[in-house]
Amino acid sequence: MNNSLPMKDVSTGTQNAPDQGMYAIELRDVTKRFLTPAGKAYTAIRDINMAVAPGEFVAVVGPTGCGKSTTLGLISGLERPSAGEVEVMGEPVQGIDPRIGYVFQADAVFPWKNVLNNVATGPLFRGQPKAQALERAHDWIARVGLTGFEDRYPHQLSGGMRKRVALAQTFINEPQILLMDEPFSALDVQTRTLMEDELLNLWSSLKASVVFVTHDLEEAISLADHVCVLTAGPATVKGIYTIDLPRPRKVGEIRFEPRFVQLYQQIWEDLRDEVVISYERAKQRGDQ
Amino acid sequence: MNTVSNQVNVPVIAPESEEVSVETIRARRRRRIVVNSLRVLILVVIIGGWQLLTSVGNPPLIDPFFWGQPSGIWQQIVTWVTQGTAQGPLWQQIAVTLEEAILGFVIGVVLGVIFGVVLGRNRFLADVLSPYIKAANSIPRVTLAPLFVIGLGLGFQSKVALAVVLVFFVVFFNAFQGVREVDRNLLANAQILGASQRRLSTEVIIPSALTWILASLHTSFSFALVGAVVGEFLGATQGIGLMIQNAGANFNANGVFAAMVILAAVALITEVLITALENRLVRWRPNTVSEVTI
Repeated sequence: MNNSLPMKDVSTGTQNAPDQGMYAIELRDVTKRFLTPAGKAYTAIRDINMAVAPGEFVAVVGPTGCGKSTTLGLISGLERPSAGEVEVMGEPVQGIDPRIGYVFQADAVFPWKNVLNNVATGPLFRGQPKAQALERAHDWIARVGLTGFEDRYPHQLSGGMRKRVALAQTFINEPQILLMDEPFSALDVQTRTLMEDELLNLWSSLKASVVFVTHDLEEAISLADHVCVLTAGPATVKGIYTIDLPRPRKVGEIRFEPRFVQLYQQIWEDLRDEVVISYERAKQRGDQ
Repeated sequence: MNTVSNQVNVPVIAPESEEVSVETIRARRRRRIVVNSLRVLILVVIIGGWQLLTSVGNPPLIDPFFWGQPSGIWQQIVTWVTQGTAQGPLWQQIAVTLEEAILGFVIGVVLGVIFGVVLGRNRFLADVLSPYIKAANSIPRVTLAPLFVIGLGLGFQSKVALAVVLVFFVVFFNAFQGVREVDRNLLANAQILGASQRRLSTEVIIPSALTWILASLHTSFSFALVGAVVGEFLGATQGIGLMIQNAGANFNANGVFAAMVILAAVALITEVLITALENRLVRWRPNTVSEVTI
């Protein structure tokens, strides 16, 4: 079965299948089509093959609008594939799996709940007693550095603080699989670097498998164990690269390491063509 | 004092900027005074002009018998307050109308929210029912009043029913739209966090639609008053609508205006209460929306 998996590692040429043969996430020949309002079928992703080992951090990069988010939707169970199989922890995805956490690109914290209640939402939805949920929420608020802001509503917080709330809200459920859809793309560069470090810290204590979607190659390399490059839509896997930078990493500094630059150049070669294709298409659509 | 200020190197900008802020505060205060005095002036001109045109000249330019007179309206209110109306004490008339309006308002709001949320969440049902809802909405609903009088009699039920029908559609459409406008990210997030369908409704969809629903309450309470008053026009033993009806039948223009003033006062007070409720329920919202009032 492992042989059929296209985890061909472009940079090292090795197979990165774990010995047990069990992946946390596995996509086999997955295609997703949408019906456009005009009634036409639009293929967002085509024949995607991807696997994530337990505890592994995989970053997915690709040109804008190529179907990166769709991939996460399929893994989370929010969307169903049109063809192919999506498996989580060795079982086909049927509905929303409680072991999954999802951090969204846009603000998805509840504006009518204060920080404390926002963070406690998951445990409460999952039927934990209120006292226990609030206690754990306090703990997680402290871990993302928001102690003292429990009573604030999201509109009273900065973008970075709202993202911290979103992280705490997701991590409190102790997900074994963490899906992140360009979570930091709306933040300024300094805040972003801080949040990326924060994420690596939280992840190292949780040991979840992460799929991190981004259009920023630098971010992808700084964070991930593997970087998966998607083609311009309909997206399919163009290549998977192993990032052999040592951990623990310091996101603000790692981008100056020679190995980082080397990896960046290598992957950018691959990504650039796709970005150009995607850009040309967008221009054509604009011309029409 | 002098020695201190000599020793400390006071930045030049500080006193200047302070002066500017004093200046802006003064300008703001001046503007407020001007606005308020103009408001009073407009009131004086309208009421005074009305009083003048209906009393000066022989015959006066405007006949107070047909168009009323501010002093007469005031006297009518004083009479009602001190001696009661033809149907009984004034407060009782207000209470009756208010009771009908509030009951109709509450029932209409509850039904409107329930139907709005159910249809907003169930696209299939909404598609099936939409032509009927549109048709029902296009009927001028005041025309239903005689029907309610036939079916429910001259008691308070017919007035409440009319108020319910008037309130229902306003609240329903707002609740429906509010549910449709719920941020998809919030829904997805709640589902991922483990929300059941029921909790998705109570903890995400309704709070999110609340802004829309609350906005509709302002207009819908005045609709409830309209329902109660129109219902009373058609036949009642008590209420402000009946007072207006009687005054009209007796060619008492001052009486009609006086009842109108009382209704307006009632509506204003409830408006203040609804705004207070709104501010309480949507404390989480940034203040920008509630600040934009005239």
